[in-house]
Amino acid sequence: MGSRSSHAALIPDEDSLRRETGFSQASLLRLYHRFRALDTNKKGYLSRMDLQQIGALAVNPLGDRIIDSFFPDGSLQVDFPDFVRVLAHFRPADDEDAGLRDPREPEPLNSRMNKLRFAFQLYDLDRDGKISRHEMLQVLRLMVGVQVTEEQLESIAERTVQEADEDGDGAVSFLEFAKSLEKMDIEQKMSIRILK
Amino acid sequence: MFLLLPFDSLIVNLLGISLTVLFTLLLVFIIVPAIFGVSFGIRKLYMKTLLKIFAWATLRMERGAKEKNHQLYKPYTNGIIAKDPTSLEEEIKEIRRSGSSKALDNTPEFELSDIFYFCRKGMETIMDDEVTKRFSAEELESWNLLSRTNYNFQYISLRLTVLWGLGVLIRYCFLLPLRIALAFTGISLLVVGTTMVGYLPNGRFKEFLSKHVHLMCYRICVRALTAIITYHDRKNRPRNGGICVANHTSPIDVIILASDGYYAMVGQVHGGLMGVIQRAMVRACPHVWFERSEVKDRHLVAKRLTEHVQDKSKLPILIFPEGTCINNTSVMMFKKGSFEIGATVYPVAIKYDPQFGDAFWNSSKYGMVTYLLRMMTSWAIVCSVWYLPPMTRETDEDAVQFANRVKAAIARQGGLVDLLWDGGLKREKVKDAFKEEQQRLYSKMIVGNHEDRSRS
Repeated sequence: MGSRSSHAALIPDEDSLRRETGFSQASLLRLYHRFRALDTNKKGYLSRMDLQQIGALAVNPLGDRIIDSFFPDGSLQVDFPDFVRVLAHFRPADDEDAGLRDPREPEPLNSRMNKLRFAFQLYDLDRDGKISRHEMLQVLRLMVGVQVTEEQLESIAERTVQEADEDGDGAVSFLEFAKSLEKMDIEQKMSIRILK
Repeated sequence: MFLLLPFDSLIVNLLGISLTVLFTLLLVFIIVPAIFGVSFGIRKLYMKTLLKIFAWATLRMERGAKEKNHQLYKPYTNGIIAKDPTSLEEEIKEIRRSGSSKALDNTPEFELSDIFYFCRKGMETIMDDEVTKRFSAEELESWNLLSRTNYNFQYISLRLTVLWGLGVLIRYCFLLPLRIALAFTGISLLVVGTTMVGYLPNGRFKEFLSKHVHLMCYRICVRALTAIITYHDRKNRPRNGGICVANHTSPIDVIILASDGYYAMVGQVHGGLMGVIQRAMVRACPHVWFERSEVKDRHLVAKRLTEHVQDKSKLPILIFPEGTCINNTSVMMFKKGSFEIGATVYPVAIKYDPQFGDAFWNSSKYGMVTYLLRMMTSWAIVCSVWYLPPMTRETDEDAVQFANRVKAAIARQGGLVDLLWDGGLKREKVKDAFKEEQQRLYSKMIVGNHEDRSRS
């Protein structure tokens, strides 16, 4: 009788993954099925092309950058644990965590700082910890395509870097980035709620 | 020992004869009504009985799952994540408002936080997008005693298992050989019949015979699949000189439509059995078959279709503008080619009931033979066909708008989701025009239009 074994056993290292990412068992299962659905050739990992096939992602101006965030350091494959670790950044913040968390444990992946770090690395292509004017220009160019002239974009990039730059080094470091966004409700804007 | 032998052979002979007689009776019982287009209503009765059994099976499973504290597989048809349907502008404005303390006027500018919108939208599509789930089979809420549709079947009760086993026995040992015999009969009759009709001189008699040979053979094939079809609004059926367009779920769509109407088929010339059938069919009446090389030439295709359509004595053309098989929960972009010809379009909506058998052909997962076997070992194929009123292209709309209008009508009638995306997304990447649209919207927010700038 063709029966699949009970679902939790499908996911390797499910317990440690759950603790690390904070996803519930049901959410992890859904993400696992999604991973399998995207893995068209049943390789067991995702390649860039699997993610590029998603139509709605390909029309996102920052689509390529977002895909890059799954493949750090030039890797060509992403397996399920790494896939979930990236998605964990977008888990809505749990209210209970705040007071009870043990300060010696590493910060949860979906903390405000980690969400900001994720957004920062979309800008900081060479991963040097700073957004230079050139990198700002590149991201702007991605978001507007051919609609805006080079001069206009340059002036916008110049102005943005100047506004955020505090120590005058002509680039925006992560702390300056975080400071300019300190009033923003990051938790809400960078969170995706998984339905039960 | 040797005394048993004559008895043995007698019993074997009796068994053989009775089986053959039974089989032949069944065949005759099914084929004769097919020839005359009448139905005894046996299939409908079969369907009602099956529904009752499925309802019992599902209840039993749910009860069993509750007892053992398992989580029954819940279908994700509504999506995995909660999405807000707000536009790009609204969302970015909201992000900016929450971030800055200065009063928000409408001067266009760029903020570092704008990136959050695109980032989150991108992640949402990675978690769940409208298109990828259209290319895998729809997930059911109740179980139909086929293990292939049950994703987390656990052992629940003896009775259920016995029922399932009985189901397997019936489907594979009784229904399958019967259906294969019927299909064989249907196809060979089609080939032989159309070839013979082809020898007649052109005229009314030939047309009459050809129509009935075609209809008869398609009806036999419908019974070979145990397809229970409900036709609605038959008064809107396509007429000569028109084009019939329908949504595409599987190659069976052709059989379903052609068993109720007489159409000219359009398609590529294949080799093997399909080629034999195609060559035979075209002898009896003019179908439009293209060589593989001709298919690439869009002008040639359009020209031949136009010629066919303008000849009022020729049959309506049957076309599936999606270009590929979709899983019957949505309708994807219609290719504009058939809508440029300028003929009357007769839209048809086909909706399958997935409870009895999933008709969707996932061509990346199953080949044609495997697919047909799966079809023939399902309980039945139940579907509804709606003939929609004819549509023509208005003077102020172009082919693409016309195609979208027809698509919306079909989606509405069939209860399917109307999607903008191209069915070709199954295999290729999406076009850049959509990305440019997003970029244009965003640019307006950071630099504004030319009028705004000159005013400020």
